[in-house]
Amino acid sequence: MRYECRIHVGPAIFRIGSDWAQPIEQLEALYQSYPDCDDAIADFTVRLEAQRFYRRWFRPSVRLSGDYMLPDASPLPLAQGLLAAEMAMNLQMALGWRRHLLLHASAVERDGKVLLMTGESGSGKSTLSALLAEHGWRFLGDEFALVDLDSGDIHGFPRAISLKNSAIDAARDFVGDDARFGPLLTDTPKGAIRHLQPPETAIAAMGEAAPPALLLYPSFGYTRATDPVPPTENFVRLTQASTNYVALGEAGFSALVNLVQTVPAHAIDFETTDEALELVEDLWASVV
Amino acid sequence: MTRPVEQLVALLRDPAKATEISDTQWTDILCVARAELLLATLAERLEGEKVPEAVAQIFADAQTECAAIQQKARWEAKCAVTALAPLGIAPILLKGAAYLVGGLKAAQGRHIGDLDILVRRDRLDEVEAALLDNGWEWVKEDPYDQAYYRQWMHELPPLIHKDRDGMIDVHHTILPLTAKPTPDAEAMIACTLDIGDGLKVLDPHDMLCHCAAHFLADGDMAGGLRNLWDFHLLISEFCISEQQWQALEGRARSHDLWPAVRGTLQLSHNLYGTVWPQSWGAKWGRREALFRRRLLARNGWGQETHHLLRFIIYIRSHWLRMPPLMLARHLWIKWRKGTESAG
Repeated sequence: MRYECRIHVGPAIFRIGSDWAQPIEQLEALYQSYPDCDDAIADFTVRLEAQRFYRRWFRPSVRLSGDYMLPDASPLPLAQGLLAAEMAMNLQMALGWRRHLLLHASAVERDGKVLLMTGESGSGKSTLSALLAEHGWRFLGDEFALVDLDSGDIHGFPRAISLKNSAIDAARDFVGDDARFGPLLTDTPKGAIRHLQPPETAIAAMGEAAPPALLLYPSFGYTRATDPVPPTENFVRLTQASTNYVALGEAGFSALVNLVQTVPAHAIDFETTDEALELVEDLWASVV
Repeated sequence: MTRPVEQLVALLRDPAKATEISDTQWTDILCVARAELLLATLAERLEGEKVPEAVAQIFADAQTECAAIQQKARWEAKCAVTALAPLGIAPILLKGAAYLVGGLKAAQGRHIGDLDILVRRDRLDEVEAALLDNGWEWVKEDPYDQAYYRQWMHELPPLIHKDRDGMIDVHHTILPLTAKPTPDAEAMIACTLDIGDGLKVLDPHDMLCHCAAHFLADGDMAGGLRNLWDFHLLISEFCISEQQWQALEGRARSHDLWPAVRGTLQLSHNLYGTVWPQSWGAKWGRREALFRRRLLARNGWGQETHHLLRFIIYIRSHWLRMPPLMLARHLWIKWRKGTESAG
């Protein structure tokens, strides 16, 4: 393809090709602190293609494709090319990754133990992980947590954090460095989106796995509360939060059973970032 | 420089070449293999060869994925047996599922999507009713598609199971009813082999005829490299002695599929090095060269290339299926539907 780059996130290497220079330049800027992998063998190929050949110039629109594709994915305008790349990379992981059990969860690490946060899109798990990353926790990822099929340890997938709508301004309050933010993408299918580079220390340590100690189901915008989630309910909810649980068969089942039997889970509701930090600290103190 | 798709073919043909591949070439080859549904096949074929660690990891992933797909395929076959048992019908497995349950070499690393079964045409209505009763549903509700399949095709419109998402294609003969060659489905059904668990497969030489028919006399060669690899492995398993070759020729002629078998053999000889009797002679012409180019029409990014040739072969696949006027009408209706749904 005309333009290309490679990105190394956690254990995966992506090759991204594009019909336009812009998405590649934006990706390279956003992922500048990540390890260089220009000559490495890529696990997945992602393509940002013009929908028709003339759509390279005329109302340019990006079709997401690559090794794994969704037949009915709608194309995005070129201005949202960065989002297209990110969505396509997530799709490769969600549909193609088999080396770990993949949980749709954010993760941070402290004291050598991992805190997992899962929930629906918009629950605040992404923002909460970004917040904790600025408060002494090592950021492991805001989208996928990778559960080791043998040891049960959590491997990070610290791609650029995807902040949506009101979370963008919230993050600008707790992240001092403006240079870590990507361009503001407006009117995307998910509203306004802005990417945030994880702290450099988190990127440097992205290959270090650690055992999980606590799992949270955050809900932003509700009166402060905590509620334990029993293992059986946790198991069922996590099967829904995993994109490759079924595909992994028995190995995925064993890893998930082990996770819910050894890691306590709680639902937490909060209305402010301060409340969230307090709740997390309280629960963390009870497990480590 | 050799193109990645040609390198993929060369590796399938001769796994020892793996040591000659550079890291940059590997990314391209793996990408093409995935797009052609041959990644797990390549992984199986290169088992024991020295490959870079990153490639070994990707192969292991592909094998894990393939194992799950094949387990599901076995289960779908079992479900079909259960659904058809009250009718006293043992489904005859075709294509991937047949290779898998029949324990053939062609199953190693093979991706299996839909379950293809063959049943007698005079039992078709009962089979259809039994499947609908057991949770399968139509994929294409469109009345034109339904009528098109029923009137002209060799199979029912595809059915999908509402809980398991497994697709089943119920064939009642080998080629579309309007195609020129008319293979003898009755004869094929009469000499099927029992493989246990209430399942049957075609006799090996009929299996080869069906594989060639499917590859060359029907369809637009999508997934052609994979289908041709199936053929190559079936030949290497079932056509070793002079007698077996003669039996294949006889069977192919009786099914009107001699040109298809011969043509497929030429391509698999050219690409995969399939060994065939000298006496059959090689007849490599422009037609074969075009098919070869179509089979290799993919670049190192996994993108389709040679769009005009692909389109011509797509038109050809319909040309083989139906007479010109009917074809014109069919393409017109399909095109109008396409523009309606796209617009």
